[in-house]
Amino acid sequence: MIRLVVNGVAYEREVEPRLLLADFLRHELGLTGTHVGCEQGVCGACTVILNGDSVRACLCLAVQADGAEIETVEGLGTVENLNPLQRAFQKHHALQCGFCTPGMLMTGVDLLRKYPLATDDEIREGLSGNLCRCTGYEHIVQAIRSVVGDER
Amino acid sequence: MNVEARPKIIGARVQRVEDPALLTGQGRFIDDIKLPGLLHIAFCRGDHAHARIMEVDTSAAKAMPGVAAVFTAADIHGSFQPIRATSRMADYHATELAVLAAEKVRYVGEAVAAVVADSRYLAEDAAERITVEYQPLGDAVDPLAAVKDGSPLLHEEAGTNVIVSRAFHRGDVEAAMADAAVRVAGTFRMHRKTPAAMENRGYLADYDPGRRALTLHSTTQVPGIVRDALVEMLDIPGNRLRVVAPDVGGGFGGKASLYGEEVLVCLIARRLGRPVKWLSDRLEDLMTTTQAFDEIVEAELACDGDGNILALRADCIGDVGAYSVYPWTAAIEPVQVISFLPGPYRVTNYWARARAVATSKAPTGAYRGVGRPISAFVMERLMDMAAARLGLDPLEMRRRNMVRADEFPYKSASGIVWDRCGFMECLDKVTEDYDRLRQQQAEGRAAGRWIGIGLASYAELTGLGSRIAVAPGMPVNTGTETATIRIDSTGAVTAQFGIASHGQGLETTLAQVIAEELGVRIEDVEVIHGDSAGMAHGTGTFASRSTVLAGGAAIVSARAVREQVLQAAAHMFEADVGDLDAVGGRIFVKGTDRSMSFRQLAKAVYSEMGRFPKELRQAIELQATRMYDPYFGTTSPASHLTMVEVDRETYGVKILHYGVADDCGRVINPLIVDGQVHGGVAQGIGAALMEEVVFDGSGQIQSASLMDYVVPTAVEIPTMTVHHVQTDLPDNIGGFRGMGEGGTIGAPAALANAITDAIGLDVSVLPMTPERLFRLIKEKQE
Repeated sequence: MIRLVVNGVAYEREVEPRLLLADFLRHELGLTGTHVGCEQGVCGACTVILNGDSVRACLCLAVQADGAEIETVEGLGTVENLNPLQRAFQKHHALQCGFCTPGMLMTGVDLLRKYPLATDDEIREGLSGNLCRCTGYEHIVQAIRSVVGDER
Repeated sequence: MNVEARPKIIGARVQRVEDPALLTGQGRFIDDIKLPGLLHIAFCRGDHAHARIMEVDTSAAKAMPGVAAVFTAADIHGSFQPIRATSRMADYHATELAVLAAEKVRYVGEAVAAVVADSRYLAEDAAERITVEYQPLGDAVDPLAAVKDGSPLLHEEAGTNVIVSRAFHRGDVEAAMADAAVRVAGTFRMHRKTPAAMENRGYLADYDPGRRALTLHSTTQVPGIVRDALVEMLDIPGNRLRVVAPDVGGGFGGKASLYGEEVLVCLIARRLGRPVKWLSDRLEDLMTTTQAFDEIVEAELACDGDGNILALRADCIGDVGAYSVYPWTAAIEPVQVISFLPGPYRVTNYWARARAVATSKAPTGAYRGVGRPISAFVMERLMDMAAARLGLDPLEMRRRNMVRADEFPYKSASGIVWDRCGFMECLDKVTEDYDRLRQQQAEGRAAGRWIGIGLASYAELTGLGSRIAVAPGMPVNTGTETATIRIDSTGAVTAQFGIASHGQGLETTLAQVIAEELGVRIEDVEVIHGDSAGMAHGTGTFASRSTVLAGGAAIVSARAVREQVLQAAAHMFEADVGDLDAVGGRIFVKGTDRSMSFRQLAKAVYSEMGRFPKELRQAIELQATRMYDPYFGTTSPASHLTMVEVDRETYGVKILHYGVADDCGRVINPLIVDGQVHGGVAQGIGAALMEEVVFDGSGQIQSASLMDYVVPTAVEIPTMTVHHVQTDLPDNIGGFRGMGEGGTIGAPAALANAITDAIGLDVSVLPMTPERLFRLIKEKQE
């Protein structure tokens, strides 16, 4: 039995010890915004925030998240009310197919909270664990750049 | 409102309508679809490159908990009609699409048996319990060995591993070469790539026994092609076999062919009467999704003393892997390499041959640029080599040979016709910085830095109409597109297409086109695509066709509906059609304050039909289905300019400048066009510097994870300068040129030239990884 809070909602679930956190979020809780691209911790599509840090939900077992607080893309804004980073992604065309996007957003949220991101190189370095095959990254960097400082 | 005040929708930086759902985790990708009673498939895949299957033992797997069934080739034999990619081409040997390997496996990763279980975890557990006994049949891994007589044959019935052979010949190459002042030659090698879309392939089939109807949800770029193929294979009529592409997480060509797994989920769903899904993991994706860009080209270019090209000769071997993909055939890449080799230049004497050689590797298929990244790499290297020999600047070398504005339409040496477009304008635009960059380079080199500048120009043919096949001789017509546009009884507009957008933003760009043509707002238009049930015929999204063809279909259909709208409104206003205009969802009598909304009009037409005279009723049905066929293709040229620095310690390549100038005709949405160029160049940078599918001598894949198959991150991709030259295109209804692939075509060539310029040694192999660069420089030093 694990207990955890996801996007402010408390859950209690019986899980198999080998169940990945990504599969737990997607298939047990129905939060399919967290995408799985490699199951090897390389692509970053499954990035969620766990106790304040961005982590790969494909390299984490659900049982390891017992007692944790998790934020996923579903906890940001809604279709009717996008949060500032989501709005910036739309404005700057920072997504094409949208598959890497939830991971990019969660990494972006983490970077914006923790680092000054004074230069674009810092943003690029911070995004280097998230692969996007569509955009060539430029518009993603621009989107994050446009909201640096907004949250502080 | 007068016409001049009409808001311009085509050409505006419109934010995408696709985005809010994708940004909030509300997208609906294949693995997000939940159906009651869903079963999951995991495969037992062959671990030999070329071996006879002696025995498959599935008994232990069948006894595992949660396993519903296990299938081998024997279990599905006879339950479908096999399919092969036929072609009218001479010297072509079709191969059968392998659903499950029957007698032998032909590459590592080929599916041998499928386990169906209650969860993917249980299915994978059981798949590991399947044992297969193989008898090795000898390697056919190296294309240069496989091409020779006596090599083990992958398809014995063909009698050879050369499954396609094609040549082009124009003028007298021998004589022109003999008279040339300068001849440069080389053997150029591009190593194999994989599209590596972020979403892996996946298929979910749902069989309705009551209706005897099948729905396949597929991560496909080509739902129409898949539907038509499955109808033939499964003997279900097209109106009861529906192929739906939900949100698809990138494709780049890797999702543009028919796959055995796609057929198998349908067979199993029909057999078990339950929905069944297979989702590839990344290992399976890297092993089995169609790969590309695997060519060896021996080429020679001859020029006169002024640098004018006299002749070009090329012999291309394409390593096409184990099968000829459906429907494109194994010809799609190697033949394209020699079709486009002459590039945007005047080449009057040309001889070229391409041979597609089957090897024990995943089949090659479409991948962004298809062959042309190799064409440009080879030709642009030869151009620089010739310029160096003549002491000409590379820019001047290109100016002297590029087809000039007064020469369009120009028939290239391979028979492609370039329509009027901005070859020279692109080159001029991208090189506006050229002198400044050369100055910077000189300063850097004086300081001991290895800095180089590379140019590349190319032309591609996009938006192919019915007269030009995407792959030579293939039996599927992809040269038309149909749109159905209707205004419903609430005044809302729905537009349905046969394309299948998977990141290109076509829901937005097509809505822009329709909104402007019909006179409504973008938010009034719902674009439906990626569903075979909606259209009598459709193919999908590939080959830079969707904006040109679907955009054209949108225009002709929207104009037909607009005419109906204005006719109905003219009757209601008691005005002439010529006095009316429709803008922003309202119909106006020009010069008056009289107007009505589309909703009011629709309500009148559908619910108060009695208001209209009998003879008008048929003419105002408020819907139209129109087909668009551009007949030929349209030319999309571009020039790329880059400056790189090779690190003297790590041998890594850093990109200091990257500029693109392309001619994509009329731009519908600058945001989206820039995004396509950025993404295309990023993949070209990967192809030039990093990405390589590596096999060992026995055909085992070595680059079997994204740690080993290295795609670029945000750190390696520079900020780019992108210019769009918008040349008029009178023969195309929208004036649109295709532009989804070009970035990938130009980048490898430009980077190869820049690295060559930086180190003073010819780069003839890509990707130029730090290790290759180190070896190249060390060899020269020793």
